[in-house]
Amino acid sequence: MSAPALTAAQRTAVVFRREFRSYFQTPLAAVFLVIFLFLAGLFTFNIGGFFERNQADLRPFFQFNPWLYVFLVPAVSMRLWAEERRTGTIELIMTLPFGVADLVIGKFLAAWAFTTLALTLTFPLWITVSWLGNPDHGTIFVAYLASALLGGAFLAVGSFLSALTKNQVIAFVLCAVACFVLLLAGFPAVIDFLRAAQAPAGFIEGLASTSALTHYESMMRGVIDLRDVLYFLLVIAAFLTINIFAIDWKKSD
Amino acid sequence: MPSRIVAKKLEKRFGHIHAVRGIDLEVPAGQVLGFLGPNGAGKSTTMRMITGFLEPTSGSVELEGINLADDPIAAKRTFGYLPEGAPAYPDMTVEEFLGFIAHARGFRGADAKSRVERAIGRVNLQGVRKQAFETLSKGYKRRTGLAQALLHDPGILILDEPTDGLDPNQKFEVRELIKELGGDRAVVLSTHILEEVEAVCTRAIVINKGQIVFDGTPSDMDGRAPREVTKNRMDHVFRMITTGDVAAQAGGRR
Repeated sequence: MSAPALTAAQRTAVVFRREFRSYFQTPLAAVFLVIFLFLAGLFTFNIGGFFERNQADLRPFFQFNPWLYVFLVPAVSMRLWAEERRTGTIELIMTLPFGVADLVIGKFLAAWAFTTLALTLTFPLWITVSWLGNPDHGTIFVAYLASALLGGAFLAVGSFLSALTKNQVIAFVLCAVACFVLLLAGFPAVIDFLRAAQAPAGFIEGLASTSALTHYESMMRGVIDLRDVLYFLLVIAAFLTINIFAIDWKKSD
Repeated sequence: MPSRIVAKKLEKRFGHIHAVRGIDLEVPAGQVLGFLGPNGAGKSTTMRMITGFLEPTSGSVELEGINLADDPIAAKRTFGYLPEGAPAYPDMTVEEFLGFIAHARGFRGADAKSRVERAIGRVNLQGVRKQAFETLSKGYKRRTGLAQALLHDPGILILDEPTDGLDPNQKFEVRELIKELGGDRAVVLSTHILEEVEAVCTRAIVINKGQIVFDGTPSDMDGRAPREVTKNRMDHVFRMITTGDVAAQAGGRR
């Protein structure tokens, strides 16, 4: 009983460190990083037409980023809680001197740090485009920020869904669908369809403004609007909050 | 001196299932309490309420005088807990896992290292310290779980089936360890093996259908068996207490 009591920040840091390291104790980290970088390259150069566009920017890369996240983020988030429940370690960590919020936030931040690391590893694209032309570095930086925020929002959704089940496959599918819907609500084709269907303009606008895609794209153009940043932070905070309740509710199932 | 564990009127309902129906329990330092009962009697549920994993539907728990509902984090620092099945992270090595527990318990740097070393030494994990948890045998997994529970030298130990699935040699070792630990701690352990209670416990509680149906020393329990029973006397008493029929035939109480 000689150890000092930890503060909430210290407890969260202990959870964060264990979780972040756990990615590198399995092939998960390597597989994820390789696939993410490979697909990012494929989308940017082959599908996005990076060279053909003849413009010194990273639009092709950022344009496809959300769709890449739709199935790569769930691969990270699915294990967050489902795995703890499957192995029974949830009983261990919840009887250690941690609060539920320490666990939820620590695990989320570890997952976010990991996807942000994957994103940072695409920096050779930035170098390439700077070498080929004279891009607007501010725009690229803001777009990277938007991408990191979008990844965080998806992870928060996925972490919550992972808390609802022991089965990682279910957690994966639920998260992919949820992220897809979150994007789709702002997808031009969907908006056009709703317009054609004579949906009320207020409804269309409201729907589009709840979409992650709308906020992502406005930041992708290089504009930092506080409302866009706030949107992502609110999504993260909201899902982590219901995550805490979900764990109290489902932990012993 | 006040009891280290004080549980009052613990109740737990899962939907329409009334799993625990009013359990009162006090465990002072120096007592090794054996928790007995048929499967599904509410042993694990009770232990999970005492350790704060499950919230009781009603009733209260105090650990070293700290109310679990009021200050769960402080209350959780007072005990070491081995959950049923001794869970741990499959990909972590024994050393890494115990290191995580040391940090979770608030130890840092050299302090954390020496705690891990002591725990490893205490349950003889030296040979497997660099091995991933999932590759360990059942016996080593259980010992890792015990090391984890002991690491911060708590005044309270709560062990859910600590010898389940171990071979006779391992059982013997774990029992010796529990006896040794008992000295100045409050220990609660659940088990299906009645000889174990005779061997290590100073008090036995039998719960059935969520209620305490026997509370006494192991020799009290043994004394309940009719004189003509010469073998497995405690098993006989256990059946008398937990199944109505035998109890009626033997004229046992309750």
